[in-house]
Amino acid sequence: MKHCLVVDDSSVIRKVARRILEGQDFKISEAENGESALALCKQAMPDGILLDWNMPVMDGFDFLTALRSMPGGDAPKVVFCTTENDVSMITRAMRAGADEYVMKPFDSDIITSKFAEVGLL
Amino acid sequence: MTPAQFAFLTEFLKQRSGIAIGEDKRYLVEARLAPLARMRGLASLGDLIEGVRKGLDVDLGDAVIEAMTTNETFFFRDGSPFQALSEVMLPKLIAARSAERRLRIWSAACSTGQEPYSIAMTLDQHAAALAGWTIEIVATDLSAEVIAKAKAGLFTQFEVQRGLPIRVMLANFTQDGDKWRISEALRRRVHFRTLNLLRDFSALGRFDVVFCRNVLIYFDVATKRDVLARTARQTAEDGYLVLGAAESLASLGVPYLPVPARPGLFARVPSAANAPSRFGAAVA
Ligand SMILES: C[S@@+](CC[C@H](N)C(=O)[O-])C[C@H]1O[C@@H](n2cnc3c(N)ncnc32)[C@H](O)[C@@H]1O
Repeated sequence: MKHCLVVDDSSVIRKVARRILEGQDFKISEAENGESALALCKQAMPDGILLDWNMPVMDGFDFLTALRSMPGGDAPKVVFCTTENDVSMITRAMRAGADEYVMKPFDSDIITSKFAEVGLL
Repeated sequence: MTPAQFAFLTEFLKQRSGIAIGEDKRYLVEARLAPLARMRGLASLGDLIEGVRKGLDVDLGDAVIEAMTTNETFFFRDGSPFQALSEVMLPKLIAARSAERRLRIWSAACSTGQEPYSIAMTLDQHAAALAGWTIEIVATDLSAEVIAKAKAGLFTQFEVQRGLPIRVMLANFTQDGDKWRISEALRRRVHFRTLNLLRDFSALGRFDVVFCRNVLIYFDVATKRDVLARTARQTAEDGYLVLGAAESLASLGVPYLPVPARPGLFARVPSAANAPSRFGAAVA
């Protein structure tokens, strides 16, 4: 069973994402900011990460940069999932090593098609 | 809506658009047409249907038909047809048409344009092999409303995310307020026009590939057969037909054979081999 880490400071979003991804047979863990997400990745690298951008403590962009420089940190497929929908922001995220990008609001079709796109489904 | 009005409406829809509505779809009629009645200042759905029956307003019938169409679509829908275009149809047709260097593709019920634009993006991946070729993508739909939207090439954030990888979106769309605008290059490649598949479409000419996806499902068997038989006449003898993922040609007796391991893809059977006994059973 593939493991996906859902990183978002909103518990509602985490719950919705969990429901969608559990429906696709993922094992889910959750983090509410970049710092606790990094701690979880140090323990066990997930196969996929659904990542919010704007979060307190450490935001998604800084998390991604830190992750990609960690040993084994290039392995997880990272799908941004954020209200940031400006081309310049999307481009910045992709350059920093994101694999896919979802602009909120989303639905289960969008999430599953993006996870399929990066080869997790 | 009285039973007689419902009966008139289903017959009207079938005659004019091929869309077959069963008794069990009353709720659908109500959900789709009640807002239209309100918009036209009519007191009830019954009044709307009477208006159509008496020819109250020339475009009222068209508006009813448009409201009853299902326009659900998305970019690269089902994935496999576009993969098949890239991996099977184009390699074969590029070799076969190397002398005339001309390709014609028809999206026969294109809705808001995602299908023909996905075809255009797929062709882009073969730009080198197709340099100097004349490529025509014709996209048609019964509904003037969806054709106008397709032509505008302006999509919501939601629409551009359905089926489009982010890199493909970035490469082909620009932000326009809260919408996303398809590139002028892609927009110019697709020729949109309204067309009812029940009417004669022989003037469109011959195509190498016909996408006719997720529209025949609304028709009864006789209408399906008629549309496909006429489509076959407009398809090159070594051309292809692409249907929706859940659609089959079972027992329709039309001159196409499924391409193994390519869901939704059918190859035109050349007319020399075109004896009725050859298909029907074979395609079922
Ligand atoms: C569900 S959409 C399919 C769009 C696209 N081909 C796809 O597969 O995503 C069906 C379309 O068929 C169109 N349609 C219905 N009856 C038609 C007819 N008689 N002639 C042409 N188009 C028709 C509708 O207007 C609608 O846009």
